[in-house]
Amino acid sequence: MAGNWALSRRRSALERRGAIFDSIRAFFRGKGYLEVETPFRIPAPAPEANIDAIPASGWFLHTSPELCMKRLLAAGYQRIFQICRCWRDGERGVRHLSEFTMLEWYRAGTDYLGLMEETEELLRAAAGSDCILYRDCRIDLSLPAERLTVAEAFARWTATTPEAALAAGSFDDLMVEQIEPNLGIHRPSFLYDYPAPCGALARLKPENPAVAERFELYLGGLEIANAFSELSDPVEQRARFLQEAAERAQNGKLPYPTADKFLDALKDLPDSAGIALGLDRLVMVLLDAESIDEVVAFTTEEL
Amino acid sequence: MYTAADLRKGLKITIDNEPYIITHFDFAKPGKGQALYRTKMKNMMTGTTLERTYRSGETFEPAHLEDRKMQYLYKEDDHYCFMDNTTFEQVHVSEDAMGDAKNYLIDNLPVDVLLFREKAIGVEVPNFVNLRVTETLPWVKGDTSGSDSKPATVETGYVLRVPPFIEEGELIVIDTRTGEYSTRVKG
Repeated sequence: MAGNWALSRRRSALERRGAIFDSIRAFFRGKGYLEVETPFRIPAPAPEANIDAIPASGWFLHTSPELCMKRLLAAGYQRIFQICRCWRDGERGVRHLSEFTMLEWYRAGTDYLGLMEETEELLRAAAGSDCILYRDCRIDLSLPAERLTVAEAFARWTATTPEAALAAGSFDDLMVEQIEPNLGIHRPSFLYDYPAPCGALARLKPENPAVAERFELYLGGLEIANAFSELSDPVEQRARFLQEAAERAQNGKLPYPTADKFLDALKDLPDSAGIALGLDRLVMVLLDAESIDEVVAFTTEEL
Repeated sequence: MYTAADLRKGLKITIDNEPYIITHFDFAKPGKGQALYRTKMKNMMTGTTLERTYRSGETFEPAHLEDRKMQYLYKEDDHYCFMDNTTFEQVHVSEDAMGDAKNYLIDNLPVDVLLFREKAIGVEVPNFVNLRVTETLPWVKGDTSGSDSKPATVETGYVLRVPPFIEEGELIVIDTRTGEYSTRVKG
């Protein structure tokens, strides 16, 4: 009998995880995407108020391959995807691992709405069926996904507006307690058009600059992916980085060097959109797993 | 001093001079938003429950509890009786205060009885206890159903999932921190 039961009992989950990864790679190859690898250890992560990179020999482990992938996009790579490990300090729970697996893809010549459609196609390819059974949800992938703006979601499930909630410091609490549990229950949900301050690397909507062209994908109440139309204005992006860095400093968080090479490359960034999808979470949903621990070979605690 | 990042199920903290144990813990972080440490906790003296959400940077006083080495004697009505190994003093612990520990109580089991201001408020059992399986379905060799575990009842009445090869009458090791099967006792 296998010596380590906790490890050996995960075999079927890991086999299914591998098969899902194969389907995802086949999906992107079929659509002319190039699989790329960018370095995990980088000198200057994007400053984000609430995401902390882990220091590594003077540099940092990336929290997402976003900056390097956008430099590729700016250099003329029109369709790229990557499956890689990312690290976010202090994130651990039944839906979080500090080291986790991300799928990111970027496409020139589209915007966040175009990516919503592609995300729906990807879900069907990864699920290999028209229906996902997850927790108590029967998520029908043959129906068009629900599309709900953040303002609509606040109107439906809370007694306030996104702007008022941000000002009151209750935006995240309402999202977690009142809104997220309702999303992606019978079919996938796209929550979109976030208040401008919630999209540090996203383009603002030309006809309504109060919101950023950003969406999140939800399945069974679980946040799966975050996407936006890419901001390609280096001046605006530098200003937002400064703002996020100031917020980090105010909260006593580690400062990062400025990502100058990324900011310099932005002037060549085509109209494009990109998305980051938590692959462990997608596997959780497809396998109906209660905890992220069930779909990885090792958790941090087991090392 | 603990910080929000230390919060986890089982942690004991002091709020308003009373000891609380975290019974449910959930780390939530809406996309690009701040980390929310959502807890449910139980007052270890009164049993009342409390739900609180904390944020990064918040701090907590640990709950200092005295624990004394005792052994389990017997259950009487709705309380459990333990004896101090050195003073032979006996204390009673209510069923409510026992929590999951009652799943592992066999005669003479060594435990730590927790005292807060001289009152017994809980019991900690060893991390691993050996319990005999009293009821489980037999292992069908060549079973191709692919099931990797089955339910089993142990001598205390506690029911857990074990690998399919475990038979009735076998002694198994249970990790009392998780309540899960750990391994079987050989020989």
